[in-house]
Parts: sequence; structure tokens; C-alpha cells
Amino acid sequence: MTLDEIVAAIRAAHAGHTPLRLRGAGSKDFYGGLLAGEVLELAGHRGIVDYEPTELYVTAKCGTPLAEIEAALAEYGQMLAFEPPRFAGATLGGCVAAGLSGPRRMQAGAARDFVLGVKLVDGRGQVLSFGGQVMKNVAGYDVSRLIAGSLGTLGVIAEATLKVLPKPVAETTLEFVCAADEAVRRLNDWGGQPLPVSAAFWHEGRLWLRLSGAAAAVDAAARKLGGKTLADAGRIWEDIREQRHAAFAAAVLWRVALPSTAPALAVDGLQAIEWGGALRWYAGEIDAATIRAAASTTSGHATLYRAPESLRCRVDPFTPLPPALLALHRRLKKVFDPAGILNPGRLYAEF
Amino acid sequence: MTPVETPRCDPATLHRRLRNVLPPHCLLVEDEDLRPYECDGLTAYREMPLAVCLPENEGQVVDVLRTCHQLGVPVVARGAGTGLSGGAMPHADGVVLSLARFNRILKVDRDSRTAVVQPGVRNLAVSEAAAPFGLYYAPDPSSQIACTLGGNVAENSGGVHCLKYGLTVHNVLRIRMVSIEGEIFEIGSGAPDSPGYDLLALCIGSEGLLGVVTEVTVKLVPKPELAQVVMASFDDVAQAGDAVAAIIAAGIIPAGLEMMDKPATAAVEPFVKAGYDLDAAAILLCESDGTPEEVAEEIARVRAVLTGCGARDIRVSQSEAERLRFWAGRKAAFPAVGRITPDYYCMDGTIPRKRLAEMLAAIATMETKYGLRCANVFHAGDGNLHPLIMYDMSLPGDWEKAEAFGAEILELSVALGGSITGEHGVGIEKIKQMCVQYTTPELETFHAVKATFDDKRLLNPEKAIPSLHRCAEYGRMHVHRGELKFPDLERF
Repeated sequence: MTLDEIVAAIRAAHAGHTPLRLRGAGSKDFYGGLLAGEVLELAGHRGIVDYEPTELYVTAKCGTPLAEIEAALAEYGQMLAFEPPRFAGATLGGCVAAGLSGPRRMQAGAARDFVLGVKLVDGRGQVLSFGGQVMKNVAGYDVSRLIAGSLGTLGVIAEATLKVLPKPVAETTLEFVCAADEAVRRLNDWGGQPLPVSAAFWHEGRLWLRLSGAAAAVDAAARKLGGKTLADAGRIWEDIREQRHAAFAAAVLWRVALPSTAPALAVDGLQAIEWGGALRWYAGEIDAATIRAAASTTSGHATLYRAPESLRCRVDPFTPLPPALLALHRRLKKVFDPAGILNPGRLYAEF
Repeated sequence: MTPVETPRCDPATLHRRLRNVLPPHCLLVEDEDLRPYECDGLTAYREMPLAVCLPENEGQVVDVLRTCHQLGVPVVARGAGTGLSGGAMPHADGVVLSLARFNRILKVDRDSRTAVVQPGVRNLAVSEAAAPFGLYYAPDPSSQIACTLGGNVAENSGGVHCLKYGLTVHNVLRIRMVSIEGEIFEIGSGAPDSPGYDLLALCIGSEGLLGVVTEVTVKLVPKPELAQVVMASFDDVAQAGDAVAAIIAAGIIPAGLEMMDKPATAAVEPFVKAGYDLDAAAILLCESDGTPEEVAEEIARVRAVLTGCGARDIRVSQSEAERLRFWAGRKAAFPAVGRITPDYYCMDGTIPRKRLAEMLAAIATMETKYGLRCANVFHAGDGNLHPLIMYDMSLPGDWEKAEAFGAEILELSVALGGSITGEHGVGIEKIKQMCVQYTTPELETFHAVKATFDDKRLLNPEKAIPSLHRCAEYGRMHVHRGELKFPDLERF
């Protein structure tokens, strides 16, 4: 599929007011609002356009599978440091559109932090480039980062440039036995020290801590922290990144983002803690208003991450916005997609 | 789209209305009081405002903005005025809104490693307040003694450590912002991944065009146990550029990676006595930080790479004092150049690092063409070049030559695949070159985004995003990575 074909499809949909559902590999169909609109398949627009290891960037078309990009990076010892989930054949476009980050997020940054530029086809079929391939670029508004996480509601991300980083030389994982509250306390304590912590995961009384960096630094930190060294940790972190771990197995899964120091929510069903305490997963049919109220007491927010359609059609996936911000969102949506044809309702039911 | 002609508000009316919402000591209207505000760090561009407001609380900010919105008066927000692109230059028919009195650090939270500060707090003051907890605020623009967090948010400021630790956008968690209509927005929070669009990214670096920031929550990071700098000299600039690429290729992301060319070291050394090799065509400063073990391991690898790239001399700082001395020269590069020339004009383009030798050769040719000297300092790690063009404002025509020289460098930056500004912002200075970097539909999108926040275009008008009318007048073609596209100019 060529860029021209994408442009033609968007122009036609714009003219006919036809809602479109943008789709890469469909690996995150479960995420966000219910799917609506005619499917615009984008997986065919694929391939790495430019990869410059010494310039620390990779540019690829939206349909390029993350696995293909990461294989190219691995040849030069580099990686996508925000460790996005790859799920089943996830594509670059979907990765940027969903803006999900994996275990390394608190140390390395989120998906949006690694977006250097996008080539966007907006809701009128205009091809627009924002950002670029350089690390620093403050000319114009940072539209490429605005696009990250916008779930395809502002345009087709035809091409994206991501910053890449070298893989750490050494990595080791420690295991500690502790309750959730103690895990949160320890993670924040460690977070305030110059330690090479690159990921953390708590589940059912066990806390795993990944250390990454120079071999000497990892060794020194492991000696200092104690705990038990975990064998086969690479596979375990892959399972967490791909959400194959048992903690993510529930049919109804809530993703709660909080300040890392937030005390335990008065809600049952805690499955896992990640990101130094800032991301907590809850399972079960928890009342949306209850969990959202609990999260908001510490300025956090709760996302209905995965649920059966019977629940998704009743509950907003994302925490509702205050009126002033919602109005601003609607105005921004109108700038990029005046006819409202791109992934309607995928982010918020209102647009 | 044509520029909106706002009828000029009668100054007496404006002053009267502002007196209704501000106490007398918060409002300046006399010429001699307004004079210090006529420019920011880019002194070549000056303008006198109708008034300067110095609110002391958020309620007053809201009132000033509402008043200006009702009267249709432009508002230019200002921090310390250290910006280098004229972003805080006043509007002749407008008000300067100084956040200088918003100078309190509201909270430093050791456990969550965050600080809540008012926008008039100086960058360095945040790190000083966090120091007792072993924490600091990572972005460190060279002006960090004076520049404020509000200005850093407006410009998305960088610094010498941003390759490893990121720009302002990577280190700010939340802002509180007042719109031109006086509405208060909370954007971001202490929790990651706020729901909805990433408005934080949109507002950071928006150069005061979208709102006025009244509070900022920043991320603090643990201070590394140790930092050391490797200083390497090269006989050839291209060789130094290759060494930068080789360091990255070896899988090393240094805490800082800076280059200075011979004219820059020559200007700096008598001033700072940093111990730079004055015979070298270029020197590289490469900082490693972390645990002592980590630093030792990384320095050994960096040294091996630099030797392999033909460095003629390599020195490693042996003490904190020596490390600071090595950096002092780099950080003092601008004032040092200021000592050897009556005026200098600092550029801020970014280029892919591999095009560095090409860019420096082109600059050398331009020196002959314009008859002006140029020293180059370079955030080599992230491709951000600061050519310092030396000129004399008192010589007729010299400034115009410097301006043309600068414009040529910026346009070449775009043609080489880079950007006209890496960290100083567009402001008023690079407004014409925006027409080169962006197409008409892209600029139209920027204007439409602006209108979602400020539909009367009163916040910092005529800055950062050029009107299409201005681009038509400028008459330059949009250049995109070496390809030429013809903008759609017939409409004007």
C-alpha cells in the first residue's frame, strides 16, 4: 500500500463522511473505545525507510512490524528503549498511536519521549510532516508527540521516526519477597538512589527488580541490594512486556496510573505493580466510578484496559476529562479531522 | 488566511483597566520603567510595550489575561528574559506579563522525586533545593543561573546533558496554565500517561503562544555518585565528528558530548584557562557519570574509541575541580566570544551529526562570503550546532550581513535534514526560516492548533509561527531533506 493510496482513501472518506477504523495488525483492538467504522488496512504500508545507528534513529512506515524493526536494531546492538508490547505482529503505527510503553518506561521514558517525528495523513488527506530525524527540534509545536497516544483520532501515522538507544551491556534480575505496600516503599527508596534499576514487577508477594547498564555498575548494585538472582530473567521480562504473564490473564483488567508513592487503593483485585510503583494492575469487575475516584484522590487515573464487549459498551475506557480539557480536545480533533471520520469514539465517545 | 488586524487599544484605556485589577506596584507604564523590558537575550531586536504587568498571584494573572482578551491587547509572557530568539520581545501594542514574582519553590518531595515550582523560579535553584536529598533537575541550559522554569517550559530548553537525560519535555510532569480567556488548565500530573491527548508535549516548547504557565511539577533524578570528563584533541574537524559517531556506535550514551572548534577554544582559553589544546582543530569533551565502577568502565571504552579515531591528545579529569574547569570553557563560550568581538549572533540549528564536516566547511566559505568570523560550539551528541557569528553593530551594514549569514546557516541545516532550532526557539528571530522548514499546510495546521487555545491570536502574536503572508513575502521555497517543494503561494 502506498502513501498515495492512503491519501486517496482518506480523501474519499472525508468527502463522503465515512467513518474509518484505522488498523495495523489489529493487535490492540481490545484497547480503547469500541471499534467503529470501515476498516482501513494499513499493514501493507510497510518497511524501514531509514536506519542510522550512529544517529540513533529509525524511520519506518506505519505497517512495519515492531519485530522487524527490532531485529534490524539488534544487528547494531540497539533497541526501542521504551519496550512497547509487540503482541501479535504489532506495527509501528499502532505502537505510536496507542502510546503504550513497557517495563523500562520509568527509567527510559514513554513511547512519546522517543517519537522524533511523524509523517501524518490528516483527516482531510493532507500529508504533513512534524518533527524530524534529529534529537532536538523546537521549531513549531511538538505535534509529533501530540500524535503519540492519540489512538488514530488525529490522522494516519504514515511514517514515524523513533529515537533508538544501545542495549545495556549487562543485565541481571533480583527477586525479593514482600507485600505490595513494602514493594512500593522499596521501589521509591531505590528510585531516589543512583542505582541502575531498569524495571520492576510485583506480583503475589514477589518483587522482581531488573538492573541494566555497565557490568560493573550492575554487579555493584546487585551486591548492595541483596535479594536472590533470578535465572532465565530475559524470558520473564518478555512475558511481562507481552502481557503473557499470569498477572494479566483476567478477563477484566484495569490499568491504574498513580504517582509512584501513592498508597494502596481501597479497591480489591491488585494483580501487579510496575514502573517503580506508578502503574498498578487490577482485575475483576470493579465499579468504574469507585476505582476512578480512588485513583483521582492521588491525581492518578484508571483505564479499563481489557474487558468483554458487554462491559466496554457501558464504561468509558479512559478517565473522563474535565469540561475545559474535553472542549479543547474537541477543538483539536476538529483541526486534524474536521469531518470526524478517523477512529470515532476510540479515545472518547464525544469525538 | 491573512493576518488579523487588531485595532490598537488606546494606552490610557489599557492602563486604566489594568489598574482595576493590579495594585500600583505590579504595573509599569512609564517609559523609563518599560525600557528594561524592550528586549530579551537577543538584543538586536527591540520593541517598547504599552505596559508591563508584574502579577503576584494566579488570580491577578487571570485578571490581566481576561482584561487583555476583552480589549484585544496582545500579551507577551516573560521569565528572566534570557531567551536567545526574541521570544519575549514585547509587542508594540501589547502588554508584557512578567512572571518574575512567581519565584517560590512550593514543594520538593524526596519520596516521589518531584518538585512543584512557580514559573519564575530559576533553573539552578531547583537543583539547589533538591541537593540535600541527593537529587537534581536534569535539564541544564548554559544560562541556568538566570533562566527560569517558565521560560524553560516555553522553549523546551535543553542543555549539555540532554542526550542522556532529555529535554524539558522529558522532565516536566505537570503544568498549570491560564488561557488568554482566563481559564485554568491542569495538564499532566504526578501519575504517568495522562488520559487524552498529550497536551503537555504540545504546550512545552510552544513559546508562550498557547497559555501562561503558573505552576510546574518537575521530575528530579538521583545525582550520580561520580562524573568525569574526557577531553580529546583532533587535528581535523571531520575526524572529531567521526569520533562522535564512533562513540555512539560503540553503544555509549555519554552524559555530555560537546565539541568546540579552534576559533572557539582560542576565544575561551585566555578567558577561562581551561587548559584546552589551542593547536587542535577541534576538541571534544565527553562526560561519563554514574557509579565509580560504571564511570571507570565507560571512560576506558571512550578512551579506546577516541584513540582509534586518531585523537592527538586525551586527558581525563582527575578531580571535580578539573572536571568543572574543562566544562567552564564550554559553558563560558558565549561570553568569551563576546570579549573578542563587539557583538555576536548565536545560531541554533540541528543537523544529523554525520553532516557536521559538511556544515563546518560551508560555514568557512560563508565567513569569506560575508567577511565575518565565526566560532563554533556544538552539542555534538545531539547534533545541535551553535555558530557564533562575530560582527559590530556600530558598523553600518554589519548586522545585516550577520543576519544573512545566520539565515544561510539555518537554511542549510534544514537542507541537510535538520532543523532551524534545537533549543533556543523560533521567537521573532527565525520566523522567516520557518517558511523554509514547513509547508503551507503544516503552517496552517500550527495556526489552527493555536486557535484552539487562543482564537484571537493575542498570546505572543507574530512569533514562532509565521503568517502565510509573511512567508509569501519572504519568497523562499520550503526545503525538505534536500527535496524542493513549491509552496502554494498563488493564494496571496
